[in-house]
Amino acid sequence: MAATRDGFGRALMELGDSNPNVVVLCADLAESTRVLEFKEHFPNRYIEIGVAEQNLATVASGMANYGKIPFIASYATFSPGRNNEQIRTTISLNQVPVKIAGMHAGVSVGPDGATHQALEDMALMRVEPNMTVISPCDVEEARKATLAAAAHDGPVYLRFAREKTPVMTTVETPFEFGKANLMWASENPKVTIIATGPLLFNALSTAQELQNEIAVEVLNVHTVKPLDRDAILDSVKKTGAVVTVEEHQVAGGLGGAVAELLAAEHPLPIEFIGVHDQFGQSGTSQELIEHYGMGISHILEAVRKAAARA
Amino acid sequence: MSITERKIWEITAKAEAIRETIIEMLMAAGSGHTAGPLGMADIFATLYFHVLNHDPKNPSWPERDRLFLSNGHIVPVRYAAMAHAGYFPVEETLTLRKFGSRLQGHPERLRLPGLESTSGPLGEGLGQAAGYAYAARMDNRKFRVYCAMSDGEHDAGNVWESAMFAGKNKLSNLTAIIDRNNIQINGMTEDVMPLEGLRAKYEAFNWHVLEIDGHNIEAISDALDEAKAIYEKPTVIIAHTIPGKGIKEIEFDYNWHGKPPTKEEAAKFLAELRTLRGKIQSEHQ
Repeated sequence: MAATRDGFGRALMELGDSNPNVVVLCADLAESTRVLEFKEHFPNRYIEIGVAEQNLATVASGMANYGKIPFIASYATFSPGRNNEQIRTTISLNQVPVKIAGMHAGVSVGPDGATHQALEDMALMRVEPNMTVISPCDVEEARKATLAAAAHDGPVYLRFAREKTPVMTTVETPFEFGKANLMWASENPKVTIIATGPLLFNALSTAQELQNEIAVEVLNVHTVKPLDRDAILDSVKKTGAVVTVEEHQVAGGLGGAVAELLAAEHPLPIEFIGVHDQFGQSGTSQELIEHYGMGISHILEAVRKAAARA
Repeated sequence: MSITERKIWEITAKAEAIRETIIEMLMAAGSGHTAGPLGMADIFATLYFHVLNHDPKNPSWPERDRLFLSNGHIVPVRYAAMAHAGYFPVEETLTLRKFGSRLQGHPERLRLPGLESTSGPLGEGLGQAAGYAYAARMDNRKFRVYCAMSDGEHDAGNVWESAMFAGKNKLSNLTAIIDRNNIQINGMTEDVMPLEGLRAKYEAFNWHVLEIDGHNIEAISDALDEAKAIYEKPTVIIAHTIPGKGIKEIEFDYNWHGKPPTKEEAAKFLAELRTLRGKIQSEHQ
């Protein structure tokens, strides 16, 4: 078990050594966004912004415009939440390669409550032209995604979680922007589970539980934008039904993205696991995942329902 | 005095040419902002024809000074200054705000070489300029970063976040120029949301503050020169300007913030500009 934000911190340390253009900007959250180690090792490339997320975005825009590769770190509710228009105008429209790291995404932040549980961050970033949206499933994928973001010549949104979650990938697992990974294959599959972020673990657990009941494929869609059309269409043409899984509002999130693709290209039954137009609240991570219908039992039911509708 | 009489006259003539182009392009566009661009013509003329280290034929010259325009709605003054400086043909200014034009209603960096940034939504230029200046200083680059701003956009919190950042980091390679024309869309700045004492606020944020008559070419030039000699702080020049400067009947009238002249008004305004407000006969008369 490890937190995806730790993968971000590790990657920044690697980038500190390998790429002198990488700079890190933080809005008074160095420890919890896991940029503290970078700050200590590369103090000249760490820029403290204070509790000022709008300035976090605009200063980073200027630095990227100059030629640096800025990573900006805060909680996702504040960045890209509070500074959304600054990101839209000075980063996305301006087409400068700022890397936005949104921490504490999802209800699994737990006790902090709804104000700090970002559930709309991917939706905000997905609708901006030029923006790439990545939601890593575990600490290792988070590390790879961060390295890939630095190498990508454009703005990137990286979504990270606070809590420790299961590690499902290894150093050898391939990672490429826009390429979904098939994590579970079956013979003659009936349902495609499309998951993003740490909830991929619940999707895989569901697949295992359903082994003798319904054969499924599980796709890890770490890149929510651009969506891997080919991988998704290849799978659904085999299966005929879909369940999407994300710790985010279904509207505008992975569910919305997949529905848009399939409605246009290959209409079929879809069930959506995620938050349905609600805010979060205080509780433990596990309580909240269950309360908002993102537990293994919920995915199991969704798969059965999707299969029955196909 | 660091600028010659001859140079002042040259810049004054350029400022008049820029004003004419502003009126012509706004009339052709049928929409846009009039007061701000006219009020900043003297400053933009001084920047483009005297102060900026730049090469219109090589807009991405790495050693050029960088001019960020924060209040993107006054971009007609920049387009006009750039055209007269030779970045592109003056005729192209008539494409302002039209479909397919490089001259967007609010400036977009990648559409027209030499713009440096994309702007329009207020309060976002100073942070970009400060970030650029910070990055340039990391690499010991020698060029300067300028940021033209409006007074009205100082209502926005982002401006003060950026002012704090630049002050903290002593970004002496950064010069901000505030168009202190006292108007914004809903009225006079001091009625809408008082900004005074603007000087004291910037001083408290660790900036070197200069206040000038924004239509006095010598004062503009001297202030921009002085800023280069300040090593411990960023400099802000509060330039007191007259919105609509050059056209008597619209000067100081905030109703001209966001509208263009009609064809008839434009003809009248151009005649006023071309005769130096009645002092000389125009060749067009």
